[in-house]
Amino acid sequence: MNEFVETLLDLEWHEPQRSYDVVIIGGGGHGLATAYYLATRHGMSSVAVIEADYIGSGNTGRNTTIIRANYGIPESVRFYQHSLELYSTLEEETGFPIMHSTKGLIWLAHTEAALRAERARALMNQACGAGTVMIGPDEVAELCPQLDLTGGGRYPVLGASYHPGAATARHDRVVWAYAQGAMRRGVDVLPHLPVTALLRDGGRVTGVQTADGPISAGVVLSAVGGNVTTVGAMADLRLPIRTHPLQALVTNQYSQGFGPIVSDSELLCYVSQTARGQMLMGAEFDSQPSYSRASSFEFLQSVAAKMTHLLPFLRDLRVLRTWAGICDISPDYSPIMGFTGVDGLLITTGWGTWGFKAIPAGGEAMAQMIATGTPPPLIAPFALDRFARDHAMADQGSAGTR
Amino acid sequence: MLWITCPFCGERPVNEFRFGGELPHVPDSITDPEARNIDYVWMYDNVRGVTTERWFHAAGCRRWLTLRRDTITDTVVA
Repeated sequence: MNEFVETLLDLEWHEPQRSYDVVIIGGGGHGLATAYYLATRHGMSSVAVIEADYIGSGNTGRNTTIIRANYGIPESVRFYQHSLELYSTLEEETGFPIMHSTKGLIWLAHTEAALRAERARALMNQACGAGTVMIGPDEVAELCPQLDLTGGGRYPVLGASYHPGAATARHDRVVWAYAQGAMRRGVDVLPHLPVTALLRDGGRVTGVQTADGPISAGVVLSAVGGNVTTVGAMADLRLPIRTHPLQALVTNQYSQGFGPIVSDSELLCYVSQTARGQMLMGAEFDSQPSYSRASSFEFLQSVAAKMTHLLPFLRDLRVLRTWAGICDISPDYSPIMGFTGVDGLLITTGWGTWGFKAIPAGGEAMAQMIATGTPPPLIAPFALDRFARDHAMADQGSAGTR
Repeated sequence: MLWITCPFCGERPVNEFRFGGELPHVPDSITDPEARNIDYVWMYDNVRGVTTERWFHAAGCRRWLTLRRDTITDTVVA
């Protein structure tokens, strides 16, 4: 992926106009999906997506591409299950290949307490329409023969929850699918155009100031990842967000097939195989907030130590690349979507380490909200004012991170 | 990796410490007492730049310290 890759794609770029009905800040998955659904579902094409760098250059192009719905609270399960279903038909809908592949996810338990937690989650998932079942060590071994069921003697696999609907998709292709679909319907996507301020008339947000001059808007949506506190501050909006780096790595090619996605909330790490055969791994985010995208040797050491206990074959592979994204973490580990309390400014943030899987449902819901002026029931529980109302949507256990 | 100078133990690696959060700061522009409480509990400055925060030396002397850190480079500022 390089910054000129956009020039290789069949995309129709436009010069910025001075005024739009909707201006979306942030040309990542959520921003572009919202623009796409505004154009396709609601016939709105006076829409601009403004991106400071190239499209998908933030966390959409940096995540580990896992799509799953096995969350821990009913509101989240319904939301992510809808997203998972939209993903599975996205290729047909947009006509753009996104390399979607259903793999199934094994969530390992090494203690009785973890088994109980997984069993509770599986039952709750089934009640909310996401197919998660409990499996024993034998079935784990069948699904993933490479797993050492003794966990290197330290992390014995007592069982797991299995989420057959889990999938992966190529992340930058998802960006391009939405960008192409939106641009063909008249949406302007404006990359390399940093927003420097929000235009305000009294308390109301009326547009954005960019390096190329002001652009006025009926509604401004912040779909920024990693810098949302800065955007909020432009409208004196206070947010319950802390920004932490999350690192990931890929190894060189593993020549045998590795079918499922394996995740482990006790060791806080997860692994899947990319279409190129590389093993893709991630773990928990850095304990202290920072905006640094530096990779650290400590991360490699910690992931390698955990992963080789579970999957001994990884010892023979080499780390090829490592990178980081900066994630906006909400206090309850659930997203924040909807009104901000500032007129003319909507927000979709708090996507932390779980935003990629939510791109279709998040975009569809935000588009509906912009078109109708009311949050759809699917995202109403995730409003920003839930904190003031003491209705936090606590779901840390499902984030697979800490 | 981030190294933190503990006033009691000297320079130690970050994984000996537990992050204790930024120093709470409610903007003066918020005047309603209830709104100030909500801001104090939930909202963060989440500073992009130099911030002042608390750390707990969990695997050392188990005492608290206050640190100034640049969040752009993730380095300690003297």
